[in-house]
Amino acid sequence: MKALKALKALKALNLPNFAMMTNKHLRLPKWPDSGQLHHLRLTAMADINESLRSRWFIVYSLIFGGIVVALFMTGLTESRVMGFTGLSRLLVTYLQITMAILPIFVLLTTVRSVAGDREAGIFEYLLSLPVSLSAWYWGKMAGRFLVVFLPVVLAMLVAVVWAALKGADIPWTQVLFYTGFLLSLAWCFLGIGMLISTLVRAADVAQGVAFILWLVLLLFLDLILLGALVNGGMEPDNVIAIALANPLQVFRTASMMLFDPQLVMLGPSAYLILDIFGNTAYLLWALFYPIALGMGCAGLGYWLFQRGDLP
Amino acid sequence: MTNPISIQFDKVSKTFRGNKVLDDISLGIQQGDRVAFVGSNGAGKTTLFRCLLGEYLHGGTVSVNGKAPRNHRQEVLKQIGFVPQLPPPLKMPVGQLIQFAAGVCDSDAGRMFAVATQLGLDAHAIRRQPFVKLSGGQKQKLLISIALGRDADLLVLDEPAANLDPAARHIFFQLLAQKQREVAMIISSHRLDEVAALVNRVVELDQGRIVLDDHVADQVAMDSLLDCRITLSSANSAFAETVREWGFQSTPAGNVWEGKVAGPDRLRFLGVLSRYAGLLKGISMEEKK
Repeated sequence: MKALKALKALKALNLPNFAMMTNKHLRLPKWPDSGQLHHLRLTAMADINESLRSRWFIVYSLIFGGIVVALFMTGLTESRVMGFTGLSRLLVTYLQITMAILPIFVLLTTVRSVAGDREAGIFEYLLSLPVSLSAWYWGKMAGRFLVVFLPVVLAMLVAVVWAALKGADIPWTQVLFYTGFLLSLAWCFLGIGMLISTLVRAADVAQGVAFILWLVLLLFLDLILLGALVNGGMEPDNVIAIALANPLQVFRTASMMLFDPQLVMLGPSAYLILDIFGNTAYLLWALFYPIALGMGCAGLGYWLFQRGDLP
Repeated sequence: MTNPISIQFDKVSKTFRGNKVLDDISLGIQQGDRVAFVGSNGAGKTTLFRCLLGEYLHGGTVSVNGKAPRNHRQEVLKQIGFVPQLPPPLKMPVGQLIQFAAGVCDSDAGRMFAVATQLGLDAHAIRRQPFVKLSGGQKQKLLISIALGRDADLLVLDEPAANLDPAARHIFFQLLAQKQREVAMIISSHRLDEVAALVNRVVELDQGRIVLDDHVADQVAMDSLLDCRITLSSANSAFAETVREWGFQSTPAGNVWEGKVAGPDRLRFLGVLSRYAGLLKGISMEEKK
């Protein structure tokens, strides 16, 4: 009897019949068909070509290539006595420098080009062509990802090849993880950049927001600031949570972890990281968390993009 | 090749930050209609176009063959060839732009190159040049080539001929004439005299509302050409410079000028001549058989 009453009450609510629902009703994302993939490829190629012609890309590539060259030239070696015997120290330094430069570059160029294109009327024209919005948005993101990721990784691989030619040991695990970290970091900030471009329509304002966000993330890197938070009465767990949520901090700690597995350089905070996660789990966190964060931001950006005015 | 097209605007409204730019626009457009949207700046022409292209969210409904452009973007936009009022500052080279447009429209880039050639633009020669570096006229010709070099049932042309020289205008009118029975056209302009001879219906917008919707005489063949002869009281260098832009040539004395004017351009040409009314001794315009 109770079950019957409950059923009647449910019927009165006029809820949809889930058993009869199709993908259309549920609005599940559909796998793109071949036409959409073709449009995605065209959009990605257009964005790649646009980036390759731009000045920022030349500067960007020169900076990362220059960093590697500078690190070799300044004699950053494994040992003062033995000279150049391996790449570990050079790579970890490269990653630390990259952590500071790559995010701001990705953020500024992404918001400038996406919000700038919209402001200039490029969206009005290109989106009057029958390209699907998902192919447009994700194609732009895919193209841009290749453009920001490849120079950074290629510069690192040049160092690896050079070291191999010199007969030095190549720390392959470190190289593979670092490639993964760079991929993860680039995707993360690209996703954040796409979200900012969707939320803030004026290019100047979008650049300002991107810069402030980068500054905030950089500030929370500072262990002194984190220390001040603890001194100010914040629970240590919350401080750790902030550090774990900050993709820059995650990248930084993980890249150090491969060089210094006990995290001696980090001091007491290393105990917390190693106690909570352990090495392997933390490395996996560093690989996948920024990707998930970037994907989440980009997904939210797409959701907002296709729900609002396009130009 | 094309399907009959039916466009319906039903109580379409659009507001930007409390400012109503479109106010309950209701309108139907069918195949064969050539509609001029006229009105001053801010009348709502471009906003209405953007609603039709599915670029703006709006109140009311817009449907193209029963489908909302926003929800059926690809299906609807495949039917629409669009030329914007202001060419976008695209840095991509001309060749890439054509390839991209042809790729997403499932069209043949060769057709777009061919239309450009007809308009007097050698797109092959400038294929490596960034679009943004082209002159105003070249940009306009290229955008027209992309819009006309593909299958479309509706042409949405926002001030399409503003930057074209008279010869290119004539070719452009000829190209439109070839399509006029198969497609519907929406052409916007600030001034009716710019587009009057191209259309068979005029819709005037003012502050987001339709203030006039009227059919007009459709006697002028879009591909017609007029033989013109102008006699001046005396030779004049400013006049000479102006009519040379229209492809006119003079007698050695410089007081008699002869040339051809595209039929739909007659009103525009007479507007140009009116600036020199004091010099004019005689005008003859005769349609070529």
